[in-house]
Amino acid sequence: MGIFRILIVDDEVDFLETIVNRLKKRKLDAIGVTSGEAALDLLAEQLFDVVLLDIKMPGGMDGIETLREIKKIRPLTEVLLLTGHASVETSIEGMKLGAFDYLLKPIKLEELLQKLAAAFGKKSTHDKKIQDAKIQELIRYPSKVFEQDKKE
Amino acid sequence: MKKSIYRKFRRNIIFFTLLVSFTPLILLGGIIYYNFVRVYEEKIEDQVKYRAKSQCNTVEVFLRERVAILSTLVDTHSFEYLKQQTNLSHIFDVISRRTDGLVDIGVIDGSGQHIAYSGPYDLAGLNYYHTFWFNEVMSKGKYISDVFMGFRKSPHFIIAVRGHNNGKNWVLRTTIDPDLFHQLVRTAQTGRSGDAYIINKDGIFQTGTRFSGSILGQSNLDTKLFGEGTSLVEKIKLNGRVKYYAGAWLKNNDWLLVISQDVSEEMAGLLTTRNFAILILSLGCLAIIYTTIITTKMTVQRLEKANDGINELNAQLMHSDKLAALGKMAAGIAHEINNPLAVIGEKAGWMRDLLMDEAFTNSDSYKEYSVSIDKIEEHVERARKITHNMLGFIRKMEPRLDDVDINGVLNQTVGLMQNQARLNNITIQMEFDPNIPIIASDQSQLQQVFLNLISNAIDAIEIGKSKEGRINLKTWQKNEYVFISIEDNGPGIPKESERKIFDPFFTTKKTGKGTGLGLSISYNIIEKMGGMINFENKAPQGIVFTIKLPVVLPEKK
Ligand SMILES: Nc1ncnc2c1ncn2[C@@H]1O[C@H](COP(=O)(O)OP(=O)(O)OP(=O)(O)O)[C@@H](O)[C@H]1O
Ligand SMILES: [Mg+2]
Repeated sequence: MGIFRILIVDDEVDFLETIVNRLKKRKLDAIGVTSGEAALDLLAEQLFDVVLLDIKMPGGMDGIETLREIKKIRPLTEVLLLTGHASVETSIEGMKLGAFDYLLKPIKLEELLQKLAAAFGKKSTHDKKIQDAKIQELIRYPSKVFEQDKKE
Repeated sequence: MKKSIYRKFRRNIIFFTLLVSFTPLILLGGIIYYNFVRVYEEKIEDQVKYRAKSQCNTVEVFLRERVAILSTLVDTHSFEYLKQQTNLSHIFDVISRRTDGLVDIGVIDGSGQHIAYSGPYDLAGLNYYHTFWFNEVMSKGKYISDVFMGFRKSPHFIIAVRGHNNGKNWVLRTTIDPDLFHQLVRTAQTGRSGDAYIINKDGIFQTGTRFSGSILGQSNLDTKLFGEGTSLVEKIKLNGRVKYYAGAWLKNNDWLLVISQDVSEEMAGLLTTRNFAILILSLGCLAIIYTTIITTKMTVQRLEKANDGINELNAQLMHSDKLAALGKMAAGIAHEINNPLAVIGEKAGWMRDLLMDEAFTNSDSYKEYSVSIDKIEEHVERARKITHNMLGFIRKMEPRLDDVDINGVLNQTVGLMQNQARLNNITIQMEFDPNIPIIASDQSQLQQVFLNLISNAIDAIEIGKSKEGRINLKTWQKNEYVFISIEDNGPGIPKESERKIFDPFFTTKKTGKGTGLGLSISYNIIEKMGGMINFENKAPQGIVFTIKLPVVLPEKK
């Protein structure tokens, strides 16, 4: 079983870079792009398990549009919405369009990992238990996992 | 200022209502009464006039009869015959038996010498040549005198007729009984105040009277008022009482027969009717005044209440408008802050991740870094709490309508707070109406509202710590609404803060402790559910918050 692949879409470069680094440090294969268009281009070529998508991106496609397109080309990819400002209406719309869940900025890393885990769990139901165990460990002792991974 | 407007309004309504209802009433009453009185007076007038006239006729007939008797005697008997005392007495006896009212009879010759006399007085032998009446009768043939004292020194009047025998004039004279004459006149007097009498041209009484004076006395009636001959009515006011006087001239306009009548007596019946009418009218007026004042008062009070309601509603609308605008602004600000906050948080997190590397763990200042990053994360967390609260976003992903058992939710919430309450020595009492219906609502949002209100109550009691803390929760149903009240015995709110407590960011708590968003969020949640939060400030005895929720029954599945 390979490492989970995560695509992160956010126009706030500082945030994007840091979150990508932090996830990478936790042995997750994270890639960041700054626009909906770029995300769709990448998704057309590669497979990702989860897309973390900012709803509000001024200029270009916004989150909801991007979500709609993603679900067209990769219906099995789970999408987590990310927002600094969410109204009930956008949330409902996101859920209707097939988003898995959403997160409010500023996020807590633990929360993000939990939701990612749930999304992974949903995507690949086989071998669920092993994954769950691993994810639980990942959340509780991130540094330990790193160490083990390093030694491997 | 506002009160005075209502007062003026009320005064105007009362004034005009009374004016409009009284004017026709009083006018009508007055006109009817006036006409009634006039008709009545006319009737009395006619009556008095009629009585005067008919009584005048009676007296005239009486006198004419007496004159006729004397004339007949003079024409049928000679002077020589009548001057014999026995003859005269015999004739007087016969006449007295048939006719009443004659006191005596006497025969006087041309020189005024009283030759024969039959009657109770001692008058024979007197000479009448110089008396006023002797000359009159000698020249006119017939004469009826006014009342005078004469030789007998008592008031009387005489009838004298001139005879002619053998070229000589002589006179037959008789005295009329003044009492009988008076009685005759008096038959025309009626009632308790009526009077009937005769006066001569100069106003000297010719008969006795009932009230006006005694015989030969001077009447204060002005005979000229009665004109000539026929009868006429005068209304004379005497010490406040109106008297009607009807007069009829008789005896060739020498004497005036006067009939007087006190109008007030005649009108006594009318007066009682009038007083009764006035009584009824006044009672009616009182009733009108009373009902007008009462109904006006009630109407104005209702109006005032309705207006107050509208004003309050307006104030509430303005308030919720203000809250909505503030909420929107707060949401915008929260969003703008969240993005940089997210970057700060992630950067700090990244620094912590890096710090985990062994190289850093062993460094001298590792601790300093670690503590600093802790602090940054702590404060990002604090800011995050504020912005998330601002967005009112502790809700679940799917806002859905649950079947909510309000009592159950309250119980749960109290369960969450129980520890904190116990630590602060606060007892939470619950009086739930077990029959309130299950409603369709958002359970977690309601729970948040309850949490906010109960934790506010706990905070408040903590501040005014002196007494035993007590929080009272109640639920009940009234009509289409479920009510939830949360009462505490804390210090309440100072009057000047009352208007502000639902404003976002209004807090009296220490920085870091309160955000001032609890009530604002609760207000918005309840308002969106179609309900309302009110409070009754009992400072310094605490405060009661009451939530009113419409009963929306869950759809049957
Ligand atoms: N039960 C109460 N008794 C007295 N004062 C109260 C009560 N509830 C609220 N208040 C007053 O209203 C203010 C606003 O309350 P609100 O719940 O909106 O904010 P907060 O409690 O200060 O902060 P937060 O709830 O966000 O932590 C409080 O600071 C307090 O002064
Ligand atoms: Mg509060």
